[in-house]
Amino acid sequence: MAVIARLDDVTLAYAERVVLQNLTLDVVEGAITCIVGLSGAGKSTILRLLNGLRKPSSGRVFVKGQDLTQLTERELVNLRRSIGFSFQFAALFDSMNVYDNVALPLRENMHLGDDEIRPRVHEALETVGLAGAEEKYPAELSGGMVKRVGFARAIITNPEIVLYDEPTTGSDPIITHLLTDTIMHLRKKMNGTAVVVSHDLQSIFMMADYVAMLFEGAIIAYGTLAEMRSSINPIVQQFLQGSEVGPIPI
Amino acid sequence: MPANPLEGVGRETTDLLEYVGGVAILGGESAKLIARLRIRVAETFNQAYLLGVQSWSIVLLTSLFTGMVISLESAVQAVQYGFGSLVGSAVAFASFRELGPMLSAVVVAGRAGAAIAAELGSMVITEQIEALEALGLSPVRMLVVPRLVAMLLMLPVLTILADIVSILGGAWLANQVAHIDYDTFLTSVRQGVGISDMLRGLIKTLVFAVIIVLIGSYQGLRTRLGAAGVGISTTGSVVISIILIFITNFLLSYILFGGNFGG
Repeated sequence: MAVIARLDDVTLAYAERVVLQNLTLDVVEGAITCIVGLSGAGKSTILRLLNGLRKPSSGRVFVKGQDLTQLTERELVNLRRSIGFSFQFAALFDSMNVYDNVALPLRENMHLGDDEIRPRVHEALETVGLAGAEEKYPAELSGGMVKRVGFARAIITNPEIVLYDEPTTGSDPIITHLLTDTIMHLRKKMNGTAVVVSHDLQSIFMMADYVAMLFEGAIIAYGTLAEMRSSINPIVQQFLQGSEVGPIPI
Repeated sequence: MPANPLEGVGRETTDLLEYVGGVAILGGESAKLIARLRIRVAETFNQAYLLGVQSWSIVLLTSLFTGMVISLESAVQAVQYGFGSLVGSAVAFASFRELGPMLSAVVVAGRAGAAIAAELGSMVITEQIEALEALGLSPVRMLVVPRLVAMLLMLPVLTILADIVSILGGAWLANQVAHIDYDTFLTSVRQGVGISDMLRGLIKTLVFAVIIVLIGSYQGLRTRLGAAGVGISTTGSVVISIILIFITNFLLSYILFGGNFGG
């Protein structure tokens, strides 16, 4: 069980607000690790630490053997190019159509020509079930389609790690199922690693190999789905049952 | 609100220095990219159209009426005192040196500077800027540099057109209200100002172009607080740009025309 990324005793604070405190988390290579927790707990911040968009106040972040806290900005940029990132609301560029959105990393980072870009974009869109949507603009797409275009853009460079920020939030159960299926399919096809931030239990139960629960700035439980389900931690149990009664303050 | 007034002054000073430093860093980074020719050509042309070409009508309209009002104010008086042949010089002098560059910049700051701040601000709150960074792309190269190069190309062009329209408007009005014929007016223009006046006016526009784009971009990129924040950034962009344009116009006039006032 190789570890591809690790947050080691990480603390992150903005002014007087501590978001993460002495947090340690391993990301297993080739697996889907889901980070769960309450809204505003700092789950998305963990993803931004993993691709160097945020720097910890203290502690270290290792990705593929490199300590991100020691990298220069240029080295961080190079590392980010090998990590896919799917944003909560996809963050597609409004002024570009679907084709240009997905093609952007190939065009700007890999400097490929249109002959090479076109088949790769077509394949990526086909993988997420959006073949034929190339000419549409983000404003013309449904919420589920926008998210899948975001997935296509995240995987277009064949990254070893893909980070998904709340991929199913705001989707109906059918689209949630479709998006979750797509994440599982992409991980399998690329033989890579996925880290998914979510509080959507239906989705987590479908795809997670490992689950980490974030509570009050720290990982309070980590394990396989079965281990988490049988956890005796009352916070984990309350969260998994979606109960109002328990130690989690509402 | 701080209890101690000194604390408030200190905080505002820190904020001002932070702002100036932020704009300077943005300008430095943009200059470095331009010097290394890391310019997205197609996007630059696109921005030249959006920021420059689409601003021509309002720039020309304001210049036309500015030229006409200078002519109106000066023509009747000048004819009365027997200096009708100098009206063309007065209009051209004011247009080439001051009003052409400055009014074009103010109008473009109101339209294009606001558009830059609003667009980049919207991109911040919809995570598009962060998405660029996550893809390993520089928002400065992708967004700021094309707008800066486009503005550096388009503002001088708009100013030349504004100068011409201002003089034509002035000539027409002088003819209508003071019966100064067009030949007299245009001869006066040629005698009153030279190509160096126009060129020095155009140097000003390059500085104004940098102000408009850097302030608009910086305001946009530091947007916080959602949709309300976009409004704040946009308003701030216009206000700060216009104030800076007025201040730098004075300084540039002093530097470029110092010792040569009145020809």
